[in-house]
Amino acid sequence: MTVAVVRFGGSNCDRDAARALSYLGIENEVVWHEDGLSEDVMGVVLPGGFSYGDYLRAGAMAARSPIMREVREAADAGVPVLGICNGAQIGCESGLTPGAFTTNESARFQCEPVHLRVERADTPWTARYEAGDVLEIPIAHGEGRYEIREDRLAELEADDRVLFRYCTPEGEVAPSSNPNGSRGAVAGVLGERETVAVLMPHPERATLPSVGTTDGGGILRGFA
Amino acid sequence: MSLADSDRELITTELGREPTAAEAALFENLWSEHCAYRSSRPLLGAFDSEGEQVVIGPGDDAAVVALPDPETGEPGETYVTLGIESHNHPSYVDPFDGAATGVGGIVRDTLSMGAYPIALTDSLYFGPFAEDHPKYLFEGVVEGISHYGNAIGVPTVGGSVDFHPDYEGNPLVNVACVGLLPADRLVTAVAQKPGNKLVLVGNATGRDGLGGASFASEDLAEDAETEDRPAVQVGDPYAEKLLIEANEVLVEEGLIESARDLGAAGLGGASSELVAKGGLGAEIELEAVHQREPEMNALEILLAESQERMCYEVAPENVERVEAVAARFDLGASVIGEVTEGNYRCTFEGETVVDVDAEFLGDGAPMNDLPAEEPAVPDTELPDPDLEESFEAVVSSPNTASKEWVYRQYDHEVGVRTSVKPGDDAAVVAIREAAGLGDDALSEDAEGIGLAISAGGAPNWTASDPEAGARAIAVENATNLAAKGARPLAAVDCLNGGNPEKPDVYGGFSAAVSGLAEACADLSVPVVGGNVSLYNDSATGPIPPTPTLAMVGTKRGYEAPPLSASPEGDLLLVGDRPDRLGGSEYLARFGGSDRFPALPDDPAGFVDSLAAVADHPATLATHDVSHGGLAVSLAEMVTDEAGLEVSLSGDPAAALFAEGAGRVLVQTTDPDAVREAFAGIAPVARIGEGTDDGVLRVDVGETDLTYDAAGIRERRSTIAAELE
Repeated sequence: MTVAVVRFGGSNCDRDAARALSYLGIENEVVWHEDGLSEDVMGVVLPGGFSYGDYLRAGAMAARSPIMREVREAADAGVPVLGICNGAQIGCESGLTPGAFTTNESARFQCEPVHLRVERADTPWTARYEAGDVLEIPIAHGEGRYEIREDRLAELEADDRVLFRYCTPEGEVAPSSNPNGSRGAVAGVLGERETVAVLMPHPERATLPSVGTTDGGGILRGFA
Repeated sequence: MSLADSDRELITTELGREPTAAEAALFENLWSEHCAYRSSRPLLGAFDSEGEQVVIGPGDDAAVVALPDPETGEPGETYVTLGIESHNHPSYVDPFDGAATGVGGIVRDTLSMGAYPIALTDSLYFGPFAEDHPKYLFEGVVEGISHYGNAIGVPTVGGSVDFHPDYEGNPLVNVACVGLLPADRLVTAVAQKPGNKLVLVGNATGRDGLGGASFASEDLAEDAETEDRPAVQVGDPYAEKLLIEANEVLVEEGLIESARDLGAAGLGGASSELVAKGGLGAEIELEAVHQREPEMNALEILLAESQERMCYEVAPENVERVEAVAARFDLGASVIGEVTEGNYRCTFEGETVVDVDAEFLGDGAPMNDLPAEEPAVPDTELPDPDLEESFEAVVSSPNTASKEWVYRQYDHEVGVRTSVKPGDDAAVVAIREAAGLGDDALSEDAEGIGLAISAGGAPNWTASDPEAGARAIAVENATNLAAKGARPLAAVDCLNGGNPEKPDVYGGFSAAVSGLAEACADLSVPVVGGNVSLYNDSATGPIPPTPTLAMVGTKRGYEAPPLSASPEGDLLLVGDRPDRLGGSEYLARFGGSDRFPALPDDPAGFVDSLAAVADHPATLATHDVSHGGLAVSLAEMVTDEAGLEVSLSGDPAAALFAEGAGRVLVQTTDPDAVREAFAGIAPVARIGEGTDDGVLRVDVGETDLTYDAAGIRERRSTIAAELE
């Protein structure tokens, strides 16, 4: 009964996610994608990185790898699944979550701290926060601009599936606080079930006290 | 370039016959300046590379140093590797790929010691920022580093960027890498035993990067951008990442007897150096190499610098397992031959194409004894610009302005170790493993070792006075570490120079080398490895002598005082008041010349006391004073929340803009403790205090300089403003 951190070729935040989960006391193991998920897996992290070099679209190759069928089955069975950064791109490419992440407005890679507003607190990922809370968590991506058709975004909003939005330190959603031009300032969304979520910022980099804020630990505690 | 006549004669005498075409090409590359250090080795003896912490000094792929045990302070069982490499000429011809493959190369040097790469730094030097071509190179290099370093998951935590007219035709890209390993995993590049197999793992070999080592050993021609493009390799960070992980498994399972990465001179270089170090030979079948292109000939297979490849010595019984591990990571692997007691022999389709003594090939190149002309001492001719104008010019100069535009494009946090991030004096990365708890994530609660890293050079300094400027570079890097509470452990250097056959260029280079060596010795910092890059010369002339130093230091725990000011507390300036403006950004902006400022008499004492002061509980902020002088350091400390009220005496230009190294600003609530710590070592002067209005006010001479944090930010955003 552990959380599987799935390592694809080119994943590079797998160890970091594992370290952060362990720090929180959540049992986990890094699983090579070819080895598949164990039957009693109790959670899945799709970690950040550059799976398959991101030589096609970010996440597109990993989304078509055999283990993603198992991830989808687990998700459908209610197992919590969290996609972070490249894992979020894989989540959207594989249809676990809606929309797509594409090239930043700046057309450059951006590694910087950002602020996120918690849009709803009644999910496993946000149960440790209040709606409206502002978290400081870093981003590190070149393709993190969330894109979706306007009408689909409206549907998502109506269904309350936007989990995090980029905001100012005061919690205001403004163009100046949107680091990559994401539509609706969306930083994270839910799948069809609220046990499935993806986000571009890195909660595992905001968990260990020695390396920055600890605002992201609550998201990972969604597996606890 | 082809083999010099004198070299050919020597080789013919040694072999008792004319070298074959493949041998001649191999000698040409391995006896090039880039590989054999023919003009610099006579100077490198000046460096002291010994120390109880030094496990492996110069000569292997990377140096290995033991971190102190957090409890005893004695060298412990956790090691770091240090390596630095230049990728200068390739980055001129093709900035994106040239810089990217520079990152790849130094990371593989780390792998071949059995280490896992945990941090990178990049020190970059370009022509004037205001001009289009240097700006194009700058953007391309940063993008290349970002592309490669980010994808392989190694954080780029520091470095430096300088602009100077003499890099216009020849930019420099110096990449350093730090790796981490437990003592029992150490692997070297010394071949162990005849009969062991040589296994090539990684990318398939193609016709790329042919003759890169000899290309790096001559001046850049005016048509280099078009003519030399085939000598530049193209990197594949995905393959490198797979290689990192495969190497990790191979080392962890104890399958590797020795290892060397394939860099300059490709397979020929790596395999011959590996066996030469063990006093052995090899028998290699070149057609066994897995290839990307059809019909490659022996010479191409031997010398191609295709990236992302490693050469391993493997005991015969482990070969199958090594092949299986490579396959798991989708990497090619080929058994290309074995270690022998004889010559270094390569055959191709049954024909012997190379048959030479490996040691002669590796170490037989004659050294050059070149005439050197001593650098002139600069005259004193000072400009007299308006003080306010000077302040704004120096603070907004691309050399001293914020480098956030650069480091924001680098993933500097992957690995979750970076506790002090880029933009500060030094980065600090958390080595939790040193607490003795291994990979246990809960060691977050134990106190491991904070590894501070500082890397950089200073072209204005070494152009003005190569020897004193180089000394100052050593003192400044050590000061950067100490300002974050770390004591220096070891350093590696990348010594860049122009065409050494010009006596004035060689004289300046020699002076810089000797200054750097002396200052590192004075600081008790062993220089455990490095790289030399000469012939950085083009139609626009030679580069200034440019030593880049990458220094690491250690402290207990991972926390450090910030660079940013606090609203309260006294501001102290520690160190001598320099009265000379030589080498300053001020003179670079306004013209003129002066001698280089004096350096501390006791730099080791200064650094040691500073490390203690940084970790004193009353210390609120610490910031090194160097590039741009006090003006820039003060400006960098001010935030929207905290300002500084400062009063300076003496000559205003010298007070604000002189760049004497070995000075630091300390903000504290206990100034007496700081005075006590530096008693008999360095003067301590109270020059001001913190304020809560986010404004910098400097009362100097007859002038009051006043800027708020937003105004400073805007002036310091020169690079971002131009490129965004």
